[in-house]
Amino acid sequence: MSKIGLIITRELKSKLYNKTFIVMTILAPLLITGFMAMMIKMTQSEKTNQTVLVIDDSKLFQDKLIGNDYVSLTFSNDKLEKAITEFSNKNFTCLLWISPNIIEGGAGATKLFYKKSPGYAFQTFIKDQMERIIYENKLKANNIDPSIISNSKTNVKLILEKVNDKGNTEEQSSFGLFGFLTGALMFVFILLYGMMVFRSVMEEKTNRIVEVIVSSVKPFELMLGKIFGVAILGIIQFIVMGIITLVLTTILSTLFLKDAKLQLEKFNTQQELVKKNGTNVNFEQMQKFDDKLELFDMLSKIEKINFVEVFICFILYFIGGYLFYSSIMAAVGSAVDSEADSQQFITPIMMPLMAGYFISTKTILDPDSATVFWGSMIPFTSPIVMMSRITNGVPLWELLLSLSILFVSFIGTTYLAGKIYRTGILMYGKKTSWKEIGKWLFYK
Amino acid sequence: MSAILQINNVSKKYSNHVALNDVSISVNEKAVFGLLGPNGAGKTSLIRIINQITGPDSGEILFKGEKLNQKHISQIGYLPEERGLYKKMPVGEQVLYLAQLKGMKKTEAKKRINIWFEKFEMQGWYKKKIEELSKGMQQKVQFIVTVLHQPELIILDEPFSGFDPINAQLIKNEILELRKNGATVIFSTHNMGSVEELCDNIALINKAQKILDGSVKEIRKTFRTNTYKISFKGNVMGFTNALWTGGEILEKHTDDDVHFFTLKIAKNVTSSQILQAVLPTCELLSFNEIIPSMNDIFIQQVSQGNNENVVGTKSNFTE
Repeated sequence: MSKIGLIITRELKSKLYNKTFIVMTILAPLLITGFMAMMIKMTQSEKTNQTVLVIDDSKLFQDKLIGNDYVSLTFSNDKLEKAITEFSNKNFTCLLWISPNIIEGGAGATKLFYKKSPGYAFQTFIKDQMERIIYENKLKANNIDPSIISNSKTNVKLILEKVNDKGNTEEQSSFGLFGFLTGALMFVFILLYGMMVFRSVMEEKTNRIVEVIVSSVKPFELMLGKIFGVAILGIIQFIVMGIITLVLTTILSTLFLKDAKLQLEKFNTQQELVKKNGTNVNFEQMQKFDDKLELFDMLSKIEKINFVEVFICFILYFIGGYLFYSSIMAAVGSAVDSEADSQQFITPIMMPLMAGYFISTKTILDPDSATVFWGSMIPFTSPIVMMSRITNGVPLWELLLSLSILFVSFIGTTYLAGKIYRTGILMYGKKTSWKEIGKWLFYK
Repeated sequence: MSAILQINNVSKKYSNHVALNDVSISVNEKAVFGLLGPNGAGKTSLIRIINQITGPDSGEILFKGEKLNQKHISQIGYLPEERGLYKKMPVGEQVLYLAQLKGMKKTEAKKRINIWFEKFEMQGWYKKKIEELSKGMQQKVQFIVTVLHQPELIILDEPFSGFDPINAQLIKNEILELRKNGATVIFSTHNMGSVEELCDNIALINKAQKILDGSVKEIRKTFRTNTYKISFKGNVMGFTNALWTGGEILEKHTDDDVHFFTLKIAKNVTSSQILQAVLPTCELLSFNEIIPSMNDIFIQQVSQGNNENVVGTKSNFTE
């Protein structure tokens, strides 16, 4: 095996068999998908059965306030005081009291007594209905037919279609949030693996094995071996995490989102009909989906993302961005001989990465601005900013230009880093300054 | 004897100081060569150039008559002064890795590792991590790493620093053994006792310049000061009179009835003339020439150089 191959293998082995690494690789996707599952679970209504005794002193809600599969309502003409004293002995979970002057509103116009704290979804279910009933009641009081109002309402859904050079249209997902998340993920990955290179260089320097090694291999080979070793490690970790996440999300989405997806299909066919006929022919049908619109929007956006493109770009930009930053990290790592000094060198390197992160937040609001364009070209920020743009549809020439700049810059930084590294690893006992590092560039 | 290493007019400058100034040294094959000099003299800089860790600004280095290049790396073994190993890596794997970096084949390296591990009685260490070993044990591992690939030239920078006497003796024996088997050893040290014990030749570097080189025997001879130690029984007055102007008494003391004199003999007088003169006056017990130790020569040469105020500042490299 070539010497560089030996170095890569050692670097890879020493980290791959590390317990923290293995635990992290498995735990991270579990945490992410677990978190996602929790979020989805929370948005779905609770399914605790509620039996409610309603004392409606306003007499407005009888027969209008209705239950559902989990909520059953029983109206009573009892006095409130009596009902409260009897409540604990009876089989109701809640007691809803509505005052005679509910129409005027105000605090204390209605009260919900309970034995076990009722969930938020249940509260909203009751509150929304009451608001609607009062609303319709007030309309009627003014001789307005509520159906006129509701029929006047239209949900407008903006479908974005981009006209390309050939005059064809293509639908874009324009899912800003997703782009932002991939950008953020890129930030984390570059920093994580860059720091790994930094630590590895510093470790060899501080435990003084480096002088033995550079008497066998060129310092530049050692540095490259390290950088590539960690890169391979990163790709392995990325793929393993990706597979675990994919498997888990598939399981989760079949568990939690199956209904939603079926409904989404129905919704889409309705939408097609609306598109075709140009009228609200199936308004009543559509109304059923009102409360799910946001979820549908999210799902349909996710479905439109070209995951293959995103994945390939992510890998390419990760490799480019990582190589670019890790060579700088290696150079700086060689200049430091204690953990305590490292912060002052890491901070300036993190700044442009942070800048990339901030520019990528701008992508959501203003994807075509000059800042975003240049941010996705300059190699210091391009991996992060370009990833945040990718779902908006980036012209191929921009992608290629940005990637070329990134890889050419990597060669440049690696060359310079090699010069610094060569001198830095053998320097001990003196606090290094940026000025000093600058001088090393010119040593023969 | 032919030279394995020929250093010709090598100079090396760092931004704020001169590390080596026109240094020329020749190292003979199959011998032990001592590279001496005070801290910051430029020894480590020179050793790093020989190991091709850094390059000289000017001058050239010949290894067995050939210009030093990458292929010579496998023929040189280097034990740096500041030495370390990967703390978390098992001993055997680590030695194997470093041997492979020196260009050894895996199977060959494994064979040699077994031989050395047996020799140093460390068979059970193969799977141990470095951090589990004592400092002395680590040093044995480091020594093995240096010599495992059977280099023709072995460079040891301060090999005895931090070794306990038992390990130091072990290493000394190994150095002599390696020389017997045909290797050349360069070692840099402050320990002048070990220089006299081990070295055939030396070079002394001070403030980036070579100020002295040659065989240890020759150097000690050149630095002779015609000083003798004499002990006798008898009349001190008679002895002094007989000596007359032939010798100057540097120091004298008496223990019981035995007198000990340190004499510096005048230039035009031989030691036998002195002996003939004093013999009739006393009962002579011993008569020895005082040959200066390497330690004396080192101190004398270096302090002389320092008084001449050669330009040079303290290096920030380890030295």
